[in-house]
Amino acid sequence: MIAVCRLEDLPAGESVRLDTAPPVAVFNADGELFAIDDTCSHQDASLSEGWLEGCVVECPLHAASFDLRTGRPTCLPARRPVRTHQVYVEDGVIHVRLATAEEGSAA
Amino acid sequence: MRAVTVVGASLAGLYAARELRAQGFDGRLVVVGAEPHHPYDRPPLSKGFLTGDCAEPQLALSDAEEAAELDAEWILGARAHALDARGRTVVLDDGRTLASDGVVIATGAFARHLPGPALTGVHTLRTLDDARALRRALVHGPRRVVVIGGGFIGAETASSCVALGHDVTVVEAAQLPLAAQLGAEMAFVCAGLHARGGARLLTGAGVTALRGAGPTTLGGGAVTAVELSDGRLLPADVVVVGIGAAPNTGWLTGSPLALDDGVLCDDGCVTTLPQVVAVGDVARVGGDRAEHWTSATEQPRVAVRNLLARHTVETARPLPYFWSDQYGSRLQFAGRRGEGDTVRIVEGSPDALGGGGFLAVYERAGRTTAVLALDRARPFTKVRRALMAAAATDREAEREGEYMEDAARAS
Repeated sequence: MIAVCRLEDLPAGESVRLDTAPPVAVFNADGELFAIDDTCSHQDASLSEGWLEGCVVECPLHAASFDLRTGRPTCLPARRPVRTHQVYVEDGVIHVRLATAEEGSAA
Repeated sequence: MRAVTVVGASLAGLYAARELRAQGFDGRLVVVGAEPHHPYDRPPLSKGFLTGDCAEPQLALSDAEEAAELDAEWILGARAHALDARGRTVVLDDGRTLASDGVVIATGAFARHLPGPALTGVHTLRTLDDARALRRALVHGPRRVVVIGGGFIGAETASSCVALGHDVTVVEAAQLPLAAQLGAEMAFVCAGLHARGGARLLTGAGVTALRGAGPTTLGGGAVTAVELSDGRLLPADVVVVGIGAAPNTGWLTGSPLALDDGVLCDDGCVTTLPQVVAVGDVARVGGDRAEHWTSATEQPRVAVRNLLARHTVETARPLPYFWSDQYGSRLQFAGRRGEGDTVRIVEGSPDALGGGGFLAVYERAGRTTAVLALDRARPFTKVRRALMAAAATDREAEREGEYMEDAARAS
């Protein structure tokens, strides 16, 4: 369990990066919260800095896009999924439960 | 169209093959590559691959599953030698001929070399084999490395060499590296990355010769120093020559295609022969030849559409975009900067190169022409997107204008 921030500190359209190993990105996509591995599966770039549109985040380096619900790439150049993690809110605070290596992979 | 040959098996060639299948071409698809390798990504070669952070399998651009889907014949390790007058037969250097209804030229560019005899210890960095050789030269303890050329390849290679613990000097002939790409003001700022990262940068320094020692019968020997035009001698164990690339058009000499620092194409990547299109580093599209990763991935969609339609039905003028990783910082640039554009720092400060980076926009007559970011990916993407939208609106207006002119002429 990792406490991320208060719910009101992550407004819709925003994202935050957790310095876990590997780092995780938490998104507020129009009110729905998602967490995925932060590093693009194509090349080293932080998805938390990406362009969020609906449930899809576009990598800021090469425009690979990922579905936040599944972690699957929705277009090239990424070909491998990123792991997804569980997000929940408790007492107004966003929490992430990190997936184990076996879980969370959409592959 | 029953048979298409893609000449060039790198990024642009692979994307062209993908587009052919995605756009419904179900005929014979042959991809010819001069290198023995299946398509791989070049950007990491000067960065993670040199430092050891990125292993060779991670460079692969495709996998077995996709290869099966593409259903292409791969002829690797074979160089194209000629294209016949009608642009329908590709001749390989081993004498094989490939008959095609359509040809995609994606032969890329090759690294420029310095004149003079070949010396061991002197490298260029363009291909996987180049990168393997350079990496082998860098694993035996600290070396004195001289990088000739302060462009992106030079700067990234220098940065990787510093990370590996080598003593690095970058020699740049111009007064400022990257001035053509970034403009003098921002080029000056970014040149500071070398000093911050721990490399020496010598500017306005032309190279007259490479000095070597050892066997000379075959012109061999090992490099010992780089001689500069002002007489200075820089001792060197390893020299990396990063002085740019030239388009691979030699094999097209004698073909009817128009060549001028690249294969000349219209805005739709179509050459002077309608059944031949060109993409990537080798293509001069609408007057511009861009050696950018994004051009190589964006042009094939339009090129293939026009090839299958047998004439130009769609044009592409993607917004130029490139990035570079140097000394732990990420530089991103997008847009079309003009001489005399003013630069405005929108976020952060260029004085504190390492401290959080900065975002700069280039402006002309109240409009943003380009954007540069150092470690500011998020705001950069925002401005880049706005530039892309503005460019699309301009194109729309241009088309509208042409239509009005046509209508006026017709009436």
